Amino acid sequence: MTILNLLFIVFLGILFFIAYFHISNYLLDSYGGRSVKRYNLENSIRVIVFIAPAFIVLFIFILYPVFETIRLSFYDKFGREFVGLYNYKWAVNDPEFRRSILNNLVWLLVVPTLSTFFGLVIANLADRIWWGSIAKSIIFMPMAISFVGAGVIWKFIYEYRGPDNTQIGLLNSIIVSLGYEPQAWLTIPIWNNFFLMAIMIWIQTGLALVIFSAALRSIPKEMLEAARIDGASELKIFFSIIIPYLEQTILVIWTLITIIVLRIFDIIFAMTNGEWQTGVLANLMYDWMFRGGGDSGRGSVLAIVIMIGVIPILAWNLYKHRQEQKI
Amino acid sequence: MKKISLSSILSQLLLLFFVIVWIIPTFGLFISSLRDKDLLAISGWWTALTTTEINEIYRMSGMESQIEEDGYFKIKGTLFEENSGKKIESFGINSKKINEFKIGDIAIFKDESEVILDEDGNYEWRSKSEFQKKKGKRLFTTSLSPPSFTFENYREVLFKEGIGRAFINTMAVALPSTLIPLIICSFFAYSLTWMRFYGRDTLLAIIIASLVVPLQMSLIPILTIYNDFGALFGVAAKSYPGVWMAHTGFGLASTTFLLRNFLKSLPNEMMEAAKVDGASHYDIFLRIIIPLSIPAFASIFILQFLWCWNDLLVGLVFLDQVPSEIILTAKLKELLGSRGENWEILTTGAFVSMTVPLFIFFALQRYFIRGLVAGSVKG
Repeated sequence: MTILNLLFIVFLGILFFIAYFHISNYLLDSYGGRSVKRYNLENSIRVIVFIAPAFIVLFIFILYPVFETIRLSFYDKFGREFVGLYNYKWAVNDPEFRRSILNNLVWLLVVPTLSTFFGLVIANLADRIWWGSIAKSIIFMPMAISFVGAGVIWKFIYEYRGPDNTQIGLLNSIIVSLGYEPQAWLTIPIWNNFFLMAIMIWIQTGLALVIFSAALRSIPKEMLEAARIDGASELKIFFSIIIPYLEQTILVIWTLITIIVLRIFDIIFAMTNGEWQTGVLANLMYDWMFRGGGDSGRGSVLAIVIMIGVIPILAWNLYKHRQEQKI
Repeated sequence: MKKISLSSILSQLLLLFFVIVWIIPTFGLFISSLRDKDLLAISGWWTALTTTEINEIYRMSGMESQIEEDGYFKIKGTLFEENSGKKIESFGINSKKINEFKIGDIAIFKDESEVILDEDGNYEWRSKSEFQKKKGKRLFTTSLSPPSFTFENYREVLFKEGIGRAFINTMAVALPSTLIPLIICSFFAYSLTWMRFYGRDTLLAIIIASLVVPLQMSLIPILTIYNDFGALFGVAAKSYPGVWMAHTGFGLASTTFLLRNFLKSLPNEMMEAAKVDGASHYDIFLRIIIPLSIPAFASIFILQFLWCWNDLLVGLVFLDQVPSEIILTAKLKELLGSRGENWEILTTGAFVSMTVPLFIFFALQRYFIRGLVAGSVKG
């Protein structure tokens, strides 16, 4: 496809949706409004016109797939024959699956916690320093770049050359200058997971940081002043006032990062492709979507396991929404 | 004057430490993308401003270029490319003793031919008897190279490695994938906020539930739909419109949710007044909602655009991995595999892929942050 063609279909694609709304509403406007009956009919049709595209997309891309994935998890690799719990039994006994679940759990434990912690500490530091907003910008910047881009950046840091060569990776260069042997960091099982997590923490701290920065402004200044006048140290203020005050925000950020980490795929795919025991569920699933011509049964089971991770969060969100509706 | 306390200095130092740790990886990548590729391969980017010692092996020209002069058969030539800026420190004729000779020394080979070399890499190789071999002998040089920065890597990556085309492809994926959800979700959010109809609350609950559904749940069924659709109508299963709609689907819940939160904050009286004046919902939408929502649109546009630009999984599953369709992140991943040792290509390619997000980040940071904060209120 030439670039000109590409430009043309991009233009056409966007125009299609604008035209749909404009033409259908224009027709409705010129039809309705002259009698009560017409007015009501016009309103009902307009609701459908407004909702239809979004609802159809929502149905095809989210609602139907959720049920289809559940169905497929009970079927064979082509989705034709019912096999009961076979795929689930396979998963429970598969060492790769167990390794992935374990890795996912460690990711979920480490990344949200450390990102939230760093974000809170940095937001608090930057709040009191005149060059704080520049510092925040810099720490927030990794949020803008892709996981793959971040992967390249960090692969360069972890780069390994044999002991006789000059190390061009920053980490090995530091290690060598301290008198140790250089290491191929990404190939050391167990530990390599933490080197991959470092990348995610590097990215997500920025998210925590900006949200905390906004939340910090909501803490009454008088309360902090009063504590300072009473002679409380900054550390004491941090633990006794700021953390309790931001409890809700901490929880929100922690959940937000948890959801992102649960479906982490890109970093591992780009850095190790799940080798050296670094695989997580999303990578294993991608693998099974195409391995051996694709196995939709096993792939679906893996998707469902990821989904189970977000169900508590989903339930909590719905519960909160219901509470709000009542008010 | 504010007094400078110990704790203030400590917190400044701590913050400085964080800033340095956070900026160094990206900074290293940027510097590396501008360095000469030969230097990049043998020295760390932090040495970019110092001279670097390089060990190299060159082969002198063979018998065709010999001339007869002063009773000698001579082969003259130069080892380095023009303007390399390299200065030879020492050289050798044997791989075991690469630093055997200094500039000005005469090195003598086993066949009694001799070679002299100046520091710019010009050599003169002479022998009493005629040269017989097509290939010249090897010289081992140790030279110092001054700092050298170049845009050559960018030229190579953009035009030879296919990153340039991938950049355009990514734009063709990301722009519609951002605008289409924005268009359809603004109408959707409007009707969820300002129109009364049966099932509205259920629909809203579905949106909130969909917010956290991982896109992995959708991959297999949608891929199947696309394959069936492609087979039925005899078109390609993987195509740009397919990716746009997939991104639209995955971004729909959050876009609607953010927009609805914003619309809810607009005063109800305004809509009522417009309705009394005989405005239809579409009039209200065009004349009141859109102008008021520009800042909200900007935030959501940035969030969704960055998400689509930076996405790998959707582009990998729903597009063919061919030059006319491959997106930047997939291309980078491919290069990580095939050109894993060519850091000049990887660093430059990664930086090219980061240009658009970084531009958006620095130019529109306010809207970006506003969107993130608004989105997190409920999460």
